[in-house]
Amino acid sequence: MSRRTVVIGAIALLAIAGAAWLAFSRPWRQPADAPAGAAASPPTSTSDTRKITGTLYFVAEDGMSLVGVQREVPFGETVLDQARHIVVAQLGDAPAPFVSAIPPGTTLRGVYLTERGDVFVDLSGEARTRHPGGALDELFTVYSVVNALTTNLPAVKRVQILVEGKEVDTLAGHVDLRHPLQKSLKWVRTDKAEKG
Amino acid sequence: MLSLRIGAVLLVLGLAGAQTAPTPAPYTLFSPEGRRPVPARLISGQEMFALDDLASLFQLTVKEDSLAGGLIVTARAQSIVLTPGQSLASVGGRLISLPAAPFKDGRSWYVPVDFVSRALAPTLGARLELRKPSRLLLFGDVRVPRIAGKVEPQGSLARLTLDVSPQTPHAVTQDGTRLVIKFEADALDAALPASPVPDLIQGLRPGDGPASLVVDLGPRFGTYRTSDLPGDRGTVRVVIDVIAATTSPSAGGAPATTPPAPPLPDTPPLLDIAPSGGIRTIVVDAGHGGAEDGARGPSGTLEKNVTLSVARRLKAALESRLGVRVILTRDGDTHVELDERAALANNNKADLFVSLHANASVRASASGAEVFYLSLEEYGDQAQRVAKGETEALPVFGGGTRDIEVILWEMAQARYIEQSAVLAQAVEAALRDKVPMSPRAIQQAPFRVLVGANMPAVLVEMGFITNAEQEKQLSSDGFQVSIVQALVDSIVRYRDRPAARAGAIGGTATPRAGGGIRP
Repeated sequence: MSRRTVVIGAIALLAIAGAAWLAFSRPWRQPADAPAGAAASPPTSTSDTRKITGTLYFVAEDGMSLVGVQREVPFGETVLDQARHIVVAQLGDAPAPFVSAIPPGTTLRGVYLTERGDVFVDLSGEARTRHPGGALDELFTVYSVVNALTTNLPAVKRVQILVEGKEVDTLAGHVDLRHPLQKSLKWVRTDKAEKG
Repeated sequence: MLSLRIGAVLLVLGLAGAQTAPTPAPYTLFSPEGRRPVPARLISGQEMFALDDLASLFQLTVKEDSLAGGLIVTARAQSIVLTPGQSLASVGGRLISLPAAPFKDGRSWYVPVDFVSRALAPTLGARLELRKPSRLLLFGDVRVPRIAGKVEPQGSLARLTLDVSPQTPHAVTQDGTRLVIKFEADALDAALPASPVPDLIQGLRPGDGPASLVVDLGPRFGTYRTSDLPGDRGTVRVVIDVIAATTSPSAGGAPATTPPAPPLPDTPPLLDIAPSGGIRTIVVDAGHGGAEDGARGPSGTLEKNVTLSVARRLKAALESRLGVRVILTRDGDTHVELDERAALANNNKADLFVSLHANASVRASASGAEVFYLSLEEYGDQAQRVAKGETEALPVFGGGTRDIEVILWEMAQARYIEQSAVLAQAVEAALRDKVPMSPRAIQQAPFRVLVGANMPAVLVEMGFITNAEQEKQLSSDGFQVSIVQALVDSIVRYRDRPAARAGAIGGTATPRAGGGIRP
């Protein structure tokens, strides 16, 4: 990932931090690992083949809910690294018979973590431009990402999705993305998680 | 033993009744030639006309088919075949059912009164209408509108509502202590109510002419105003407000020496024609629009076109049936920001916000309608505080803090979650009667278009446009009309719920300090 992306990411983070400081009028400490880990580059330690088992979320056979599926995800040394691996896996293909809720072609541009446990996930423009629309599918897109991070990483409390480095109203006209969202399992089928 | 004897007596009476029941009031036949009574008889609990009477009125020939044991009624070269003992008739070869079999008394045959509407009307080639409740038979080109009246007290006025079907030209004039409503019709088929406000409206009665009504005014009458609201299916609602006079003339003061008072200072505004229940303005939001197509069906149907079509129909139905003001967030294929949609509702002080959408799924089989209202949990503590009306300590110049109750305008909906839930339940229940529902018919979600609405608000996903069968339905007139009917029904249900009648509707949320502050 380019040096420019890192700079843009750092500026975005500073802007968010500034807004939050104004709103809550309390001191804000820059997360120590945020600038360093802002780039969503593929894992650099190619020799590290350690894996963890995490729960990812895909659209059920009937299209009416998400299903939690157990998948192997590369191990990350830090929360931020792990968050990045989880999102990359969530953006990948779904195991049959499930379907991914992520619009095709969507890639991860960056992941940022604040000290409060808010994660900002910066997705490429396809998340909006190639979204098929519909409120339910948009809920599934958003909550497959939000739930994948909040379920697997207890340190992550809330997730906000950015597109092309910017805050967006919605992906397809329905789900409010102007705030970080908490975990919501009401879109997830309640029977036991599938093995993927 | 006793009960057996009572049973036997009732049986005998019942048998006797089949032969010699008391004669019911005759029907009246209206035709361009005038009006004529048509006697009816009660036979085995069924009102019947003598076939001979019908034959002379409508130029029918009646032949008894002795071989087959049937009756052949011929009207304008079409025949109706009746069979004794069978409550069926063959009309031009097509079978129709009747509530009872034809009955023979001596040499005369009798047929149920419904024979006129079900068998005779299709064969005559001219309009023939049977109105059982008002005991009317309308034949040919006669204008006899149905009128259903209602008188309701509304503060300092009494409101007379006349639902007229079909729409009929009319004029309202004052004649001394009465109002005369003249209709351009041959007669009126009117159900006139009693007045619960006799000091303003003493009563309603038929007028001198064949097509006029008279409203007798009470002692508190000051003035009146009238307006027409077009209804659906060619009906009209005539609203006449009888307004009380101000107290000064009846107070018995000294009218000769007092300067002329301004006329009726406390007359309510003329446009105050909203029905009871407090819903005056509804904003209907056609989802998406312009460059934003929304979801797309397998045959190419676009969500934005379906939502606009239903929104327009809903506006027409709500305006005519409920007499409310309806504002569309868009009335064309235009892009409207989500913020602007809620802002339009807020700025117009709408009482309800209904957003229309069609759903999409990566699975083609997904189908059914869903109703959403806002969930707050995803927004965290801040929204919960707004919902509870808690205060925030904000820093002030010169140091220190001050407790201010801050309503984030963008979270205005937080105050209306409970009412939105009630509205969503009403919508879901009404939709369920008319269209297929999704397995999760009612849900909460953090929807952007709802969160800023400062009134009860729901988002309706009418069906899955990605499902080929539902795509066809969503584009069809029949399905759209069903959706609209269900939404109108649900809003009536919501408006008339007990809590609303107790005055709770419209929300207790009034803008307080800091109403426009954003985070």
